[in-house]
Amino acid sequence: MRLLLGLTKPTSGRVERRPGLRLGYMPQRLQIDATMPMTVGRFLQLGIDGVNIADALARVGAPQLADARLADLSGGEMQRVLLARAAARKPQLMVLDEPTQGVDVGGQSEVYQLIAQLRDELHCGVLLVSHDLHLVMAATDRVLCVNQHICCHGHPEQVSRDPVYLEMFGDKLALYTHQHNHQHGLGGEVVDNSACNHAHRHNHTQNKPDQDAP
Amino acid sequence: MNEFSQLLHSQFLWFALAAGLLVAVVSGPLGCFAVWRRMAYFGDTLAHSALLGVTLGFVLHIQSTLAVGASSCLLALLLVYFHRHQNLSIDTLLGILSHSMLALGIITVSLLDINVDLLSLLLGDLLAVSGRDLILMAAATVIIALLLWRLWPKLLAFTLHEELAAVEGVNIERVRLALMLMLALLIAIAMKVVGVLLITALLIIPAATARRISSTPEQMAGFASVIGCVSVLLGLAASVIWDSPAGPSIVLAAGILFLLGQFCRREAV
Repeated sequence: MRLLLGLTKPTSGRVERRPGLRLGYMPQRLQIDATMPMTVGRFLQLGIDGVNIADALARVGAPQLADARLADLSGGEMQRVLLARAAARKPQLMVLDEPTQGVDVGGQSEVYQLIAQLRDELHCGVLLVSHDLHLVMAATDRVLCVNQHICCHGHPEQVSRDPVYLEMFGDKLALYTHQHNHQHGLGGEVVDNSACNHAHRHNHTQNKPDQDAP
Repeated sequence: MNEFSQLLHSQFLWFALAAGLLVAVVSGPLGCFAVWRRMAYFGDTLAHSALLGVTLGFVLHIQSTLAVGASSCLLALLLVYFHRHQNLSIDTLLGILSHSMLALGIITVSLLDINVDLLSLLLGDLLAVSGRDLILMAAATVIIALLLWRLWPKLLAFTLHEELAAVEGVNIERVRLALMLMLALLIAIAMKVVGVLLITALLIIPAATARRISSTPEQMAGFASVIGCVSVLLGLAASVIWDSPAGPSIVLAAGILFLLGQFCRREAV
């Protein structure tokens, strides 16, 4: 992800990016020192000149936050503000790094709904990194499973939409079972032994909800 | 009161006042960044290179302000370089670099048998500011002010979230370098005013005092400048009236203003 964003240089290979691609980036979290007097509105303005603050916040369902102190926001509010900032750039591709980090259980599914809604409004691609498999599986088109290397990629299986299931965030196993025909050593390298076809959980899953990404 | 009016006509006092105000004006906004980015230790450690600068100036026959500016800029450059290429945190790096430079400074002083006025280095020598000093300080102030003005939004974005700023097109390495160099320049000129020991105070205290009454970053920077200037005025007045050392009086004035500020209304935004 850092490679795709151009934050680190690749040690091998290269990153191809369409010239003039507009990125909207949402970092995992934003820790602001409480000594910085900064309102949400000002924070949005810093990213994009002449942004309509009210519109940007209304889009993520948080119009009341314009004059709130950035340092006072709750986890969920902060994620909405970060999402608003990414979306306000009218991106062609939104890159979201664990968008539900620090969001309480109830807010997590709202954030994902919001992302889906923004994608439809902005007609942009969404690339997101997430640990909570079951929530994102429901709305993604392509999954890239990364554990040191790319394990597998493709369409996610149909995920159970049972609301009872969706609230059981602790149990991540049964929802998305993907078959692996290899095992990992301790360092994450692929240990080549016979196909064992077990389902296991990985550290990272990348999801690409929109395959028509520019 | 005749003595007092005579004092008001003395050039050194006005030079001292001008020097103090110049430093206070730019240390306001830079102090805000030091507070926001939690770089309070930065001024102290950068000031460690001052002794080396002074000896350098003595050996090469350059004015001490210029030499100290050069040595602290060098330290800042080394910091940025090592920070990019090593996995050490910035405070570890500061500890390594600044103390090495301090040691080097002490060794050169003793080996070359240079007579350094340590007390004025440590505590400043505001009343001895010369016209040439003042010109150099004004030049440094103008450079810092211009850089601040040009880079302000980028500096803010960089302070809020480095990676977000980078993705949004800010060249963060250049902004980081600019901030370090501005601080290095400020330390070189502030050394004359409050001395190596108290530089951090001049950087941090006005900014921290301004925090309670500000609701935007710009306000905080502006108030910090004003509070710094008031501290300089009060400290200098105390120095004239009670014959107290100028630099420490300025810092004490800033400290008292901070305490008074605690009785102000609750924090704005």
